[in-house]
Amino acid sequence: MTPRIFVYVGHKNGIADDCAVELLAAAKTISPITRPTAVVAGCGPEFDRVCESLRSSYAEVWKLAHDNLAYPNAELIRKALLKVLPSNNIVLVPHDHFGIDLAPGLSIKLNAAFVSDVVQLEGVEGSALNAVRQEFGGQVSTHVRCDLASGAVVTVRPGAFKPADNMLVSGSVIDKSGELGTLTSARRYLQTLVAEAGDVDITKHNVLISIGRGIQDKDNVGIAQELADVLGAAVSCSRPVVDAKWLEKSRQVGSSGKTVKPKVYLACGISGAFQHLAGIKGNPFIVAINKNPKAPIFQVADVGIVDDILEFLPELTNKIREMQSVTAK
Amino acid sequence: MEILVCARRVPDTSENEITLNSTTNDIEREELVYSVNESDNYAVEEALQIVDRTGGSVTVVTVGSEEDEEILRREMAMGASHGILLSDPAFTGSDGRGIASILKAFVAQGHYDLILTGVQADDGAAQVGGMLAAMLDYPFASLVNSIEVLDGKTLKVSREIEGGNKEISEIDLPCVLSIQTGINEPRYVGMRGIRAVASLTIPTYGASDLGVDASVVGKAGARVQRVDYYVPALGKTAEMLSGSREENIDRLVELVAAKGGLQ
Ligand SMILES: Cc1cc2nc3c(=O)[nH]c(=O)nc-3n(C[C@H](O)[C@H](O)[C@H](O)COP(=O)(O)OP(=O)(O)OC[C@H]3O[C@@H](n4cnc5c(N)ncnc54)[C@H](O)[C@@H]3O)c2cc1C
Ligand SMILES: Nc1ncnc2c1ncn2[C@@H]1O[C@H](COP(=O)(O)O)[C@@H](O)[C@H]1O
Repeated sequence: MTPRIFVYVGHKNGIADDCAVELLAAAKTISPITRPTAVVAGCGPEFDRVCESLRSSYAEVWKLAHDNLAYPNAELIRKALLKVLPSNNIVLVPHDHFGIDLAPGLSIKLNAAFVSDVVQLEGVEGSALNAVRQEFGGQVSTHVRCDLASGAVVTVRPGAFKPADNMLVSGSVIDKSGELGTLTSARRYLQTLVAEAGDVDITKHNVLISIGRGIQDKDNVGIAQELADVLGAAVSCSRPVVDAKWLEKSRQVGSSGKTVKPKVYLACGISGAFQHLAGIKGNPFIVAINKNPKAPIFQVADVGIVDDILEFLPELTNKIREMQSVTAK
Repeated sequence: MEILVCARRVPDTSENEITLNSTTNDIEREELVYSVNESDNYAVEEALQIVDRTGGSVTVVTVGSEEDEEILRREMAMGASHGILLSDPAFTGSDGRGIASILKAFVAQGHYDLILTGVQADDGAAQVGGMLAAMLDYPFASLVNSIEVLDGKTLKVSREIEGGNKEISEIDLPCVLSIQTGINEPRYVGMRGIRAVASLTIPTYGASDLGVDASVVGKAGARVQRVDYYVPALGKTAEMLSGSREENIDRLVELVAAKGGLQ
């Protein structure tokens, strides 16, 4: 028998995260007949609206209202969950900056197994949950078998499960706040600092020349800038380029960087990790140039070229310059 | 401050193409270049910088085998005072919970004010740090991208959240933090530094030294197991341009122009 499934739903400004419907879809792939329970934590009128809104997709919505839960501090929310969640269940949590904070510790405290960042769920077989994960930045996938004997906490990759339509239900909100008691934590939230705007706003450009670790050295960044200059484009990048301080943080595309919506995206020496792809929206025309023919970026690109960017990009720049000088004449 | 950094040796993804072995029960490990996991190296650098400011010492620990000693030496060449190997045949095949249990047993024998891990190992699940914290009943913060020591009892930490925003919190010591890449600029380790620590003996502890609960470690104790590795066949793949470089450039220019990318 499939254990009961709980879905942790985050929210912001009175609106439930997209993960609410994605994780519902994920739960249905564990068992089509399951009626998962949403669990939400927060406080205030906006939070009440979130609970109400979830009634159209979840049969049961467990509401954890507490003054100390106004900000989603995972350390406090873990404690709150432990007060209400029964054991031996499956708990689904989004694999985002909050889930990474909450879930591993939650699994220990629930004495449940833990599987992180699943991209596919293949149902329950005997007392095992079969799932698919990726390793090495998406270069390989692996089937994993998770022992459900004492339940499981599973984090689910955002965007991996497509929400199903017309699953309308008229669920009920069950207020569990009374079970929370006092909630304190040795980690106290102070404030959120909004990322600084950089010299160039990559979110406003139609063409992005995006460079990854394949650019190899700070001195080579100019190669991409020259191409961007002839195209009237901007240079963006993946995370390692920012980590190495070759470009400012404001140039980073991805889940911990900017979300961009260009028309054309040239991914140069970028492998195509999901945290990077998460920042590319609006279905642009993606060109991937990478010296490894098996790089995962080729699975999402429209056009792929296997080449060394340090040689390819300057030649591309020259070609465009030539064309421009011809038309200028 | 006494700081423990948990580190792991992984195949270096920036140096290797990862492929499957012939029985697809593992990746092909012949000829892989290994190095210290990227975020773990940032964690060691962060620990060294904290100790530079406040005093104390840095210990680096890994659960692994003799081969993994090389990363301990590397981190000692960076400036860590001690490198510790936790190794036992019984540990082979442990899942994340197993690794965290072994680390917990080690922590319980010493006294550390601060424990750092990397956010995630390249072949990992971003789990060991959070699990270790829960087992120790220490507060935890993940994805940490700056640390300020307020006093002997509290840190001010920043977590990286969506859009590059920063979540600032205070956290009481002792605690566990998982360190994100980019938090600092790890110092360079030269050959001379490596040679200076090459002959040091690395203390090694096994299951009985640590008093590890045998039921949670090793393959038998693992609740999560890999069944196989594979490379998924994906529906959509790129149109690969396979002409000469010149031909590819011409075609690319055409395509990009058609998409409005040329002005
Ligand atoms: C919590 C979290 C948040 C993250 N957020 C982000 C994010 O917002 N944005 C982001 O980008 N990443 C993010 N990452 C990191 C992400 O997982 C990947 O590690 C990263 O995207 C890899 O960057 P890359 O493709 O440039 O480097 P790699 O994965 O190292 O790939 C480099 C590629 O360059 C190719 N190459 C090398 N040399 C050349 C050459 N001369 N010519 C052509 N090709 C070459 C290689 O074949 C390889 O495919 C995050 C990670 C975590 C854990
Ligand atoms: N075998 C190990 N020995 C020591 N530390 C480890 C080990 N495995 C994981 N860690 C630590 O836990 C972090 C997260 O790893 P993981 O949960 O496997 O992604 C790593 O960056 C290391 O700091």
